[in-house]
Amino acid sequence: MSVATASERSGAGRSPDLPPPATTTGAIGWLRENLFSSPLNTALTLAALYLIYLVVPPVVDWALLSANFQSGTSNKDCVGDGACWTMIRARFGQFIYFRYPVEERWRVDATFLLLFGAIVWLLIERTPGKLHMALFLFVVFPPLAVWLLFGGLGLATVETALWGGLMLTLVLGTVGIVFSLPIGIVLALGRRSDMPAVRLLSMVFIEFVRAVPLITVLFMASVMLPLFLPEGMSFDKLLRAMIGIAFFGAAYMAEVVRGGLQAMGRGQYEAAMALGLNYWKMTALVILPQALRIVIPGIVNTFIGLFKDTSLVLIIGLFDLLNVSLLATRDADWAGLGSEAYAFVALVFFAFCFSMSRYSLYLERKLPSGRRK
Amino acid sequence: MVNQTAPAAGAADEVIIRMEGVHKWYGQFHVLKDINLTVRKGERIVVCGPSGSGKSTLIRCINRLEEHQRGRIFVHEVELTSDLKHIEHIRSEVGMVFQQFNLFPHLTVLENLTLAPIWVRKMPRAEAEKLARQYLERVRIPEQADKYPGQLSGGQQQRVAIARSLCMNPMAMLFDEPTSALDPEMIKEVLDVMIELARSGMTMLVVTHEMGFARTVANRVIFMDQGEIIEEAEPETFFNNPKSDRTKLFLSQILHH
Repeated sequence: MSVATASERSGAGRSPDLPPPATTTGAIGWLRENLFSSPLNTALTLAALYLIYLVVPPVVDWALLSANFQSGTSNKDCVGDGACWTMIRARFGQFIYFRYPVEERWRVDATFLLLFGAIVWLLIERTPGKLHMALFLFVVFPPLAVWLLFGGLGLATVETALWGGLMLTLVLGTVGIVFSLPIGIVLALGRRSDMPAVRLLSMVFIEFVRAVPLITVLFMASVMLPLFLPEGMSFDKLLRAMIGIAFFGAAYMAEVVRGGLQAMGRGQYEAAMALGLNYWKMTALVILPQALRIVIPGIVNTFIGLFKDTSLVLIIGLFDLLNVSLLATRDADWAGLGSEAYAFVALVFFAFCFSMSRYSLYLERKLPSGRRK
Repeated sequence: MVNQTAPAAGAADEVIIRMEGVHKWYGQFHVLKDINLTVRKGERIVVCGPSGSGKSTLIRCINRLEEHQRGRIFVHEVELTSDLKHIEHIRSEVGMVFQQFNLFPHLTVLENLTLAPIWVRKMPRAEAEKLARQYLERVRIPEQADKYPGQLSGGQQQRVAIARSLCMNPMAMLFDEPTSALDPEMIKEVLDVMIELARSGMTMLVVTHEMGFARTVANRVIFMDQGEIIEEAEPETFFNNPKSDRTKLFLSQILHH
């Protein structure tokens, strides 16, 4: 054994353990190593600092220091060069609920409180009754949400044409996310099936949908589909958009999931089969839990893309958050406030997407699939 | 030179596995040629031979991880056909231990053991866990129940894999080179568990190069080469008095290195 143990090295009388030189540890050491390790690195660091100096102070000044936060009724209530958040304040209800009747907006609040409550409950590790909560979220909640948002059975009906703003974005995003994953998993399994018909159908669907832009899918759903349906039979434009988005997301999700399935070794299948598990039990208990963990980054990436793509529904005349903000910029009372509207929308999207991204990182660290042999 | 099955135990004993004229091809490659083999209850059979001789393929045909193309295979008088119900039934009755362990890395040791009893045998969870802990005790790693496979050594993983098969209370166990992927110092702990298992009367079909194991526990040794069973004899005869030249050559290579 040529490697000396720590106790040998710190043995009395011989070389004691010395602290490393001060210039290699702490803040100074970190700066030297990461920012000024070479002339090129130093130059890049300085250039970056200069860029930050150019960009950050004016933005902070515009968005915060000189900005208008007071309430008001038109752009004349805003003073100075700073941002006029007054507009967001005045139109806040419209940004969130669009034309959803004011006296019924509690229903939207209740729906999303329930949704986020259930999701947070499921995502936090130490909460009891996860199974009941999952059952609630996937079985009880969807019809409950439809009833709360749409009405009927004692509640006033609110036509989907009145839905819009952040609420519509969240409805589309949630529906897209919730349906694209299971449909995507089924398609991915179908594409690897032993049955030629199933394999062919899955492949044709995936390849066709992926080869078409989402805008086209939405156009087809909203303009072309009614042409093929018999006269008098039509279904809701929002519903059609939801179906379009869910299947579009599913095609991408299928390829992500297939990547995970591909990464699984033959040994896992053989071990599961040798124990007598049938195909569905093997898939559900052994293969998918591992395959999905491998592709968490890809799944969340697809979720985020899908969530942002919901803004394309403006092309078929639905008023999602982005479209509502466009509406605001065209309001004569608030002329010239495009930056504020877009900044607000960007911030809202960022908040949602960034949370998803952080949660996915947390999941990757937490799950035991990281502990490979 | 192909021997017919020589019953080592009493002829009246229950037949667990019967292979009749089994052939298998990988594409054009004839990997199993006219395999005839009968395994009776309680027999311990070691299959050896050079790599590529078809020994792994042979035992993998018994639980249909490989499909044979000619001949018939019966497990406990149920014939292996393409009938999925029969295949799944046979797989649940015959345990298999792999070279690469193939534990489920996303499940704890205990969950690895209880998975099949709960989902295939429909055993209540508490009962399955009790059974699993008994078998972990038997393979001498009761303290690892709540760890993940990735946290165990190779030898420990292979013992978990053996316990996982035993939890299904199989009527026979197939071992596909169970010690070939292990570091030398871990081979013994796995062999000890297997020897103990053999002593308890388990029917075992073991593909291995561990000739010491064959001498100690086998009541028959089968030598395969190029897809054929070349020689089949009791270990005493097989090691001291092999009949075929190919067996002699193989033994001289494997025993004097």
